[in-house]
Amino acid sequence: MFKIIEARFLSKDVKLFKIAAPRIAKKRLAGQFVILRLDEQGERIPLTIADSDDKQGSITIIAQGIGKTTKKLNTLNTGESILDVVGPLGKPSHVENFGTAVCIGGGVGTAIAYPIAKALKQVGNHTITINGARSKDLVILEEEMKKFSDEAYITTDDGSYGHHGFVTDILKKLISEGRKINFVLAIGPIPMMRAVTEATRPHGIKTVVSLNPIMIDGTGMCGGCRVIVAGKSEFACVSGPEFDAHNIDFDNLINRNKTYLDLEKEATLKFEHECKLVNQKPV
Amino acid sequence: MAQFPPVKDRMKMSRMDMPEQDPNVRNTNFEEVALGYNVGLALNEAQRCLQCKTPTCIDMCPVNIKIDQFIERIVAEDYVGAYNKIREDNFLPAICGRVCPQDKQCESTCVLTKKFSSVAIGRLERFVADKVMSLNMIPAPVKAKPTGKKVAIVGSGPAGLACAADLVGMGHEVTVYEALHELGGVLVYGIPEFRLPKAIVRQEIQRLADAGVKFVKNAVIGKTITIDELQQEEGVQAIFIGVGAGLPKFMDIKGEELAGVYSANEFLTRVNLMKAYKFPEFDSPVLDPEGRNVVVVGGGNTAMDAVRTAKRLGAKTARIIYRRSEDEMPARTEEIHHAKQEGVIFQTLTNPLEYLGDKNQRVNGVKLQKMELGEPDKSGRRRPQEIKGSEYIEPIDIAIVAIGNGSNPLLLETNPDIKTNKWGNIEVNPETMETSKKGIFAGGDIVTGGATVILAMGAGRKAAKAMNEYLNR
Repeated sequence: MFKIIEARFLSKDVKLFKIAAPRIAKKRLAGQFVILRLDEQGERIPLTIADSDDKQGSITIIAQGIGKTTKKLNTLNTGESILDVVGPLGKPSHVENFGTAVCIGGGVGTAIAYPIAKALKQVGNHTITINGARSKDLVILEEEMKKFSDEAYITTDDGSYGHHGFVTDILKKLISEGRKINFVLAIGPIPMMRAVTEATRPHGIKTVVSLNPIMIDGTGMCGGCRVIVAGKSEFACVSGPEFDAHNIDFDNLINRNKTYLDLEKEATLKFEHECKLVNQKPV
Repeated sequence: MAQFPPVKDRMKMSRMDMPEQDPNVRNTNFEEVALGYNVGLALNEAQRCLQCKTPTCIDMCPVNIKIDQFIERIVAEDYVGAYNKIREDNFLPAICGRVCPQDKQCESTCVLTKKFSSVAIGRLERFVADKVMSLNMIPAPVKAKPTGKKVAIVGSGPAGLACAADLVGMGHEVTVYEALHELGGVLVYGIPEFRLPKAIVRQEIQRLADAGVKFVKNAVIGKTITIDELQQEEGVQAIFIGVGAGLPKFMDIKGEELAGVYSANEFLTRVNLMKAYKFPEFDSPVLDPEGRNVVVVGGGNTAMDAVRTAKRLGAKTARIIYRRSEDEMPARTEEIHHAKQEGVIFQTLTNPLEYLGDKNQRVNGVKLQKMELGEPDKSGRRRPQEIKGSEYIEPIDIAIVAIGNGSNPLLLETNPDIKTNKWGNIEVNPETMETSKKGIFAGGDIVTGGATVILAMGAGRKAAKAMNEYLNR
């Protein structure tokens, strides 16, 4: 059992958890993930580690309640426990002083972009962050991102805060202004990562994205997370989760992620219904 | 007390069938297929043994179980004695009696095989283990004097469990690390309930825990803790690596990336470990084979497990696609036989060339090619050759690739000082199972490539012996 030391909502359905996991905290580097299972009936889901505190022996994960497991996770509070947490898995982010680095986070993806932005800043990059969300109340980690940014931008789809539009608007503007950008990191929904990839492709800017395919064990045993990179099949859990964006077959990733769409909907609806039955507000 | 009949009478006795669930009942449930011998059947079968002066069966057993002696104990109705005799060489008789390829090992050289049929050694082994377990008469582990020496076992599969059992028996402080949330490795995520009930695996593991073995789940060695940390920070003096060959192979043909194309590992893990067949009570989903056409590519035990699982989940057609003929299949004869009884279709001398998908990139067909057998290859099996112009397409809904596993690089990435061969398997001294790194031993599929439970166990035990000598040096 892994105890939740702290749990708080960052926005309406995005929740931060600090979990006691000293062994993982000691080893974790930016970009790595854990797999967790909430209870005996639970599925195993991968979540990127947003932060870790070796002294406290804790890791931080940030989850958006989308499917059954993340919605159920987000009902847990400080003092409660998660049955299984294993990690840190995957390869850490490649961090070096590229020169100027742009870190883009979309929605809950900002939680993953943040530690990498921090690491890139710490090794001396001129760090530009673009933090995108659907609306103002869904913007997360604004202050944290700012702290490690030389320039920080916010965008919202509905214009309720920052630039009215997409993260790619800012990125394209920077590029068209002739800013020398050496490295772009984009983490968020697949359409956003793909749009960033297409924005940098014509300019040959090195671009890295963090993928979130379906996984079970996270150690290379099942092969469920295979993605096509440069025409080759790669297991995202052991070779990723970060890959050179310009080599990724996004269509395949999108389609593979839809494998269980109907079943996922069924499980989520059932869970929400059960929540209503016990008069508990689903989150 | 029963006795052996005269030899000429023994030869007249026919091999005892093992009671089984009816094929058309069991192909709809996950309960064990083979029900095991009762005392009468076991006695009849045991009495068939000729008690050869130089038994050839023992030589063919990877751990050289004293087969003649344990069978003699069955005839004497001394089941605990029989059990102890097996346990001298095999730590997991209830498991090996069920999953060992006896037909290719001990039973293959039984003197009776030529003219009659071999003594059912595997069934007798299983009988002994089940009987003693049901009587609750499994001898308590012998508590050895603690040596104060710490050892670590990486992986809780058959190699690791066998190694742990021997080392704890020698008085060492043993900790087993497992990456998954459940113990048992391939015994729990791979082999299905209908072939190996998980309760048996749990009992064996509980016995180890009772003997003092510590188990740590959710620990990926190489990631959560490294080999070097175990040695330097946790004071571990010897380590056994038994992580298996968990990296599923694909054929690298077109369309393998389509949704609906699984590795056997993934399909079986979803169903066995994550209990996807109980969705939505359990959260993990699997594409439902019910009413669908499922093909499984491969001819080994894993392929049989996958195809029979698909059948049990209601597949309209559950088919094996294998590029050689049935004679070359590495699966246990009994599993092939059971699969056929359950309605699995065998499409041998056929090889997939490509998977086809619909507009959503879901698999909906497979392009197959007919094969014929040519000259024997290095494995001694006749090499399959393609028949040009024999390609055809069949509609399918789910494809499961069961063509074996490569070596998993996770642990070795952090330890390049452990020497591997060109396939990524760890190189060991075959006598001691010692690797190129001091104090590190290895065995099972990570050394041999995908093999059997009994070979893995044998390697685990061999390593335990060498580790004990190493620790006492």
